[in-house]
Amino acid sequence: MKPTDGADGGEPRPDGGTNNPDGPGPIDEATLFTQLSDVPEPTAAERLSEWFNRHVYAPGVVFFSDWRAVTGAVILTGFLLMGTVGVYVVPEPRVMEGPIFVMPFTNWDYPLGTGVMGKSILGQVVHATPAMLKMIAAGALLSVSLGTVIGTVAGYRGGLSDSILMTVTDVVLTIPGLALVIVLASIYQPEDPFIVGLILGIDNWPRLARTIRSQVLSIREEAFTESSRIMGLSELTILRKDLISNLMPYISVNFANSSRKVIFESVGLYFLSILPFTTLNWGVMMNEAYNGANLTRPEELHWLLIPMVLIILVSLGFILLAQGLDRVFNVRLRARHENASRSETDGGERA
Amino acid sequence: MYYVKRIGQSILVFFIALTVTFALYRLLPFGPTDMVKVQLMKESLKQGASPTPQQMASINAMVETYTGIDPTQPWYISYYEYLRDIVLYQDFGRSIFKGRPVFDILFEAMPWSLFISIYGLALGTTVSLLLGALMAYNEGSAFDTGMTVVALVNSTIPYYIVAILSLIVFSFNLEWFPSGGRMDPNTTAGLNLPFIVGVVEHAALPVLSAFIASFGGALAFRGNCIREMGEGYIRVARLRGISQGRIAIRYVGRNALLPIYTNIMVGIASIFGSSIILETIFNYPAMGFVTFNALMNRDYPLIMGAFIIFTILTLIGILIADLTYGVIDPRVSKGGDREAY
Repeated sequence: MKPTDGADGGEPRPDGGTNNPDGPGPIDEATLFTQLSDVPEPTAAERLSEWFNRHVYAPGVVFFSDWRAVTGAVILTGFLLMGTVGVYVVPEPRVMEGPIFVMPFTNWDYPLGTGVMGKSILGQVVHATPAMLKMIAAGALLSVSLGTVIGTVAGYRGGLSDSILMTVTDVVLTIPGLALVIVLASIYQPEDPFIVGLILGIDNWPRLARTIRSQVLSIREEAFTESSRIMGLSELTILRKDLISNLMPYISVNFANSSRKVIFESVGLYFLSILPFTTLNWGVMMNEAYNGANLTRPEELHWLLIPMVLIILVSLGFILLAQGLDRVFNVRLRARHENASRSETDGGERA
Repeated sequence: MYYVKRIGQSILVFFIALTVTFALYRLLPFGPTDMVKVQLMKESLKQGASPTPQQMASINAMVETYTGIDPTQPWYISYYEYLRDIVLYQDFGRSIFKGRPVFDILFEAMPWSLFISIYGLALGTTVSLLLGALMAYNEGSAFDTGMTVVALVNSTIPYYIVAILSLIVFSFNLEWFPSGGRMDPNTTAGLNLPFIVGVVEHAALPVLSAFIASFGGALAFRGNCIREMGEGYIRVARLRGISQGRIAIRYVGRNALLPIYTNIMVGIASIFGSSIILETIFNYPAMGFVTFNALMNRDYPLIMGAFIIFTILTLIGILIADLTYGVIDPRVSKGGDREAY
């Protein structure tokens, strides 16, 4: 590379600017570091379109080109609608509102049939959804945020904070999580779905913290983090811009995974009636069906099977969405799409 | 040196876990002591005026028999006594409901739990590793695609749904397997064929469900194998004329196993929690079933004891896994600081 102080007239400098001999004259030490290049400032519109391309369009293209992401999103949106709008559309189930053991899809007053008490199963399913959603939100948020914060701080700061945080993580990791959750749930008997979610979230975060820490350890040695540090950006900015953005795939995938775990565990605990029956819940429904239906008669089985199908459907939604999001947040993949969207070539991506 | 350090770490973790559990149980507001106390206070208030000192004393005494905790004693003394009893005398207190020492109850149930969960876990891990490797070696084939779908479906279905459905199909309807218990009541215990057949029949469905619960590593192992197979040293090994089988097991398998390790460890930690759910569904009287009944009867000393045993077993399992890990990864035994475990 050519030394800059030896630059003579008109020759392009390696950094893209030119030294014009008729211009401001030779560059001295002071201006060398303060002079800006001649590249025009992007206008507000250009910046907006750049931002749109990077944050909306490119991820959107990847997202919608992936059938798993779309299917997962559709399933989960369905459940979200069921928990918000559906509660107002579908009337609340009442005892003996219909005949006993209507088979599903036979009587359209009770599309999913009824159980032994003549309660509409559709009504029960729909009115159980808001509590499930609250539980998932609380549990997944707790475990993901705790895991991310502990993992990044431990990995980035290292030293004493690292060893303290990792000891805590190891302790929680080795305590049998579900057993602890069961013990806590039975001692404190939580009734609010948010609190149930938080308790169920307890045993989910240590694994995420460990993975994230090991990722942070490698990211913080990368060149771009190094340069941010040299430029004197604050620790918080580096954490947010360089680390968290690179960790997003893990975070999103883990959000979906811990949501699934919260559903599994809560339904299991409600099914065994370890958690107190306060609101309608798919696990409560399964419990009532398991104890109330004659399980050798196929015409009574739908009462038990419908909540099961819903649980499987929700977790399928979360798994598919997680896999799709994995691709959306995959930096390399998105960069290819971003370039593709600029050069108007189709960035069709089949892995 | 590494082994000493690792064992020391496990002991430390055990005491931290014990302390945390004790704190949850004892120090937090509305723990069992407060609950029982409030209940008893309410009852005495119903009967008459505010409790006299004698009544308070009798309430405290009842709290003590109910929870095994003397509420008048400061927490650090009871913590010290609890620790001392467990470490020195293996005394976990007495069960309220059954009136027997907690340790005896759990010690009887433990082997059955270990029998089911270890079989399930070992089967699940082995089969999923084998399948993962096979899928990697036949990448892109119909077998690979099919098994990927199977693994995906498996991860959407919770193990207890498998348990309930297998119980309904194989036991209630087809009546091939018994729906509860752990042995045939008409046989005598010992090394005779009918007894062993009975034990196996009763364990079949729980082991099947535990197997499905621990059948998760196949996809991850497949990915690792594929990545490992693309590495340069594998090609070098082929060029050197090392046999396929040796490459598959010693080179690819061994190196692909390392990142899976965490999963196996977490699997150990989670089997005891899931055994509570499984054994209750199958009416299989072992640790999980005992714990569940203790939970239902609010038998707090038994719950505490069961939880501590679960923790000890988990720690031992992880310790064994960790110490034998040196066999797979020789770097570990040198005591190097691993970044990710």
